[in-house]
Amino acid sequence: MIRVQAKDFDLGGELKKMTAGNTSIGGMCSFVGLVRDMADNDTISAMTLEYYPGMTEKALVEIEKEAQVRWDLDKTLIIHRYGRMEPGEQIVLVAATSPHREAAFEACRFLIDWLKTKAPFWKLEDTPDGGKWVDARTSDDEAASHWNKPN
Amino acid sequence: MKILYFSWIREAVGKSEEDLLMPEKVNTVLGLVTWLKQQDTGYRVAFADDTVVRVAVNQEYVSLDCVISDSDEIAFFPPVTGG
Repeated sequence: MIRVQAKDFDLGGELKKMTAGNTSIGGMCSFVGLVRDMADNDTISAMTLEYYPGMTEKALVEIEKEAQVRWDLDKTLIIHRYGRMEPGEQIVLVAATSPHREAAFEACRFLIDWLKTKAPFWKLEDTPDGGKWVDARTSDDEAASHWNKPN
Repeated sequence: MKILYFSWIREAVGKSEEDLLMPEKVNTVLGLVTWLKQQDTGYRVAFADDTVVRVAVNQEYVSLDCVISDSDEIAFFPPVTGG
């Protein structure tokens, strides 16, 4: 399941829903991204996430489908927020449940790595010098390329 | 065609979307970008470096040589930074 929403999410509640009534799940892995108060030596007072309604949801569905193809998973979940957030707030949640922990761990990491380089979201940070659009990071591309299939 | 702009490309162009009739002799994304750059400074700033501009046609990533038509939704944006 994927959701793009302005409002915050309840981590515990979301994870409980993923396993409710399914006793074949042996492991669940989740990752939560938070707004940090520093970036490249700038103090961040807030962050605004922009997205592309329609395409963003499609991209997240594709990422989730790819994870389901690659690993033996029960459920996957991607929740990504948009709009204005302050340091400490939750931005994104990805989670995967599986009969086995390896699949849950790997799929969880795959979901966030691919999302970071493929899903249309853009971060604008409020710094003492004004708003700054965050640059894409080479390290994120490298993390994502780790999951490219060999030709 | 409907054209959408996001992030700093939206700010440079000065609008988030616009409806355009396909300009004459334009049939690819690159042709459209070249045509837009002839229209206004904002586009020239937004598309100063083609290599950083990402393009989607009908909400799918494409390259600059993608063929486009008047019924397409075309989006221009910088590399994504979500997560």
